[in-house]
Amino acid sequence: MSETTKHIKHVLSENPVTLVAAALFAFFVLVAIFGPWLAPYDPLASDTVTALKPPSLQHWFGTDALGRDILSRTLVATRLDLGIAVSAVVLSFAIGISLGLAAGYFGGWWDIGVIRLADTIMAFPLFVLAMGIVAALGNTVGNIVLATAIINLPFYVRVARAETNVRRSAGFIEAARLSGNSDLRILAVHLFPNILPPAMVQVSLNMGWAILNAAGLSFIGLGVRPPTPEWGILVAEGAQFIVSGEWWVSFFPGAVLMLAVFSFNLLGDALRDIFDPRKRT
Amino acid sequence: MLKLIAKRLLAALPNLVGVVIITFMLTRALPGDPAAYFAGGAATPEAVEQVRKQLGLDRSLPEQFFLYVGGLFRGDFGTSLTTGQPVLQELLTRLPASVEMVLLALVVACSIALPLGVMAATKPGSWIDQLCRLVTTAGVSLPTFFTGLLLAYVFYFLLGWAPAPLGRLDPVFSPPPTVTGLYLIDGLLGGDSGLWWAAFKQLILPTLTMALFVLAPIARMTRASMLQVLSSDFVRTARASGLSNTTVRVRYALRNALLPVVTTLGMVFGFMLGSSVIIEKVFGWPGVGSYAIDALTASDYAPVQGFVLAMGVLFVLLNLLVDLLYTLIDPRISLGASS
Repeated sequence: MSETTKHIKHVLSENPVTLVAAALFAFFVLVAIFGPWLAPYDPLASDTVTALKPPSLQHWFGTDALGRDILSRTLVATRLDLGIAVSAVVLSFAIGISLGLAAGYFGGWWDIGVIRLADTIMAFPLFVLAMGIVAALGNTVGNIVLATAIINLPFYVRVARAETNVRRSAGFIEAARLSGNSDLRILAVHLFPNILPPAMVQVSLNMGWAILNAAGLSFIGLGVRPPTPEWGILVAEGAQFIVSGEWWVSFFPGAVLMLAVFSFNLLGDALRDIFDPRKRT
Repeated sequence: MLKLIAKRLLAALPNLVGVVIITFMLTRALPGDPAAYFAGGAATPEAVEQVRKQLGLDRSLPEQFFLYVGGLFRGDFGTSLTTGQPVLQELLTRLPASVEMVLLALVVACSIALPLGVMAATKPGSWIDQLCRLVTTAGVSLPTFFTGLLLAYVFYFLLGWAPAPLGRLDPVFSPPPTVTGLYLIDGLLGGDSGLWWAAFKQLILPTLTMALFVLAPIARMTRASMLQVLSSDFVRTARASGLSNTTVRVRYALRNALLPVVTTLGMVFGFMLGSSVIIEKVFGWPGVGSYAIDALTASDYAPVQGFVLAMGVLFVLLNLLVDLLYTLIDPRISLGASS
């Protein structure tokens, strides 16, 4: 254990930005939990008197075309955006890891079928596929989660399959099989813990991308419906005002979104350095 | 060599089939009854039944699939409800706008990312390496719609350097006579320098937005692969033999380091096709992506599905192209095949 802590200390000292990223991550989690209480105004309350006002002491992030407080809307949106990303990643983790484990362990038709499924998903530009899925299944938040989960599936399948494949006939698995463990038990108790570290790295690398993807879908008008505050929609609402100079409507939600994705990606890189130093680039 | 190319072609086939199957499943997953939908809101039950027959929706699913594939072979991607035009034809007229942006963005991204990655790898730990690290991490964190709007604000509203972010050409100009559909090439062929310049100015911001997004994976891969090659034995031998630094880096290391970079181009194309949808919306770019978005907002599903299918097929073909390119430039592969 002291080896691990030493290694973590080494990774942190080599790249102090990681600490900043961790702090930012904690900040976003707190905002996601307490956002609605932190918001100074009602995120949906419009007020024509204060419409399209630049940032001021009353409205730190300014107000939008309907006079709604952008700071409040951005704060409240955090929970929805992180919620979509976390549920999507959890869903693709659960399905992808199970499929990958089965493919790597049983081989044969399982393997062929699962790999073909992953390859077929990867044969699409992933954002376009997500767009097609939401368009076909219906314009709801649930379908945004599903579409984001589907396009992330192949990464988990590949990690789980590769890691299972090399251990399938390892000594400890043979031993477990000979002492009468069922396949299911071997998969769950002996193989799953072994593929957890690389899978967790994949999760942290995926989170930022899942947020970007969900926000992008909302930006083009899929999934979350206005007036619900969501970062992609907030940016889209301000897009028309950019050419006339009202920059704050899009800028603040966009910058917060970028910061969130940035901190997730930095943390992902750090986790990878800790768990899998070989993959470092 | 030929055998190898044939093998690559065959390997792309299952992906193509998979793309068609998934798009078919998406057309059948439409909310509600597609027949009632295509017959229109005011249709009588008889009319709906007739449309159902016409679309083949009364048959079994496998039969429907073969009808669908047969339609695709005849170039039948369905008809747009809002414009009444065949989807394939509309996609084809709008494709050049998207292609022009994507290709230019690829050129811009490569011409920045390759030197950056190489310089970062030759001096690990230096300021340029830190810069490369920052660019690669920040680049993948940038929401393209945000960078696009930011660039439009700074370069159009504040500085006035770029034209209004609305479309491919200022309305003052009329498009050049269509030869390739790419305004930069058609403008050159037409010999109208004013028109060429106007088209070029419109292209700068959307292209830059996309280039900033795909810069990161290319720079990251170049740096990693260059680092690996630079630490290999043959580079050490070349150095020890007294070859100049430039010769070692460019002729020995870079040529080998580029191979893995070429393989990432497939992934980069995927990023570009996906982000082009968003960038086209931001800049009012009349490409295939904004066509699909317009159809989406009008609940017109045939163009969306045509778009997803076309992008899937295009992406498979681009990956095939990257594979073939790799086969052509890697001497070890052709050697292995002929022996």
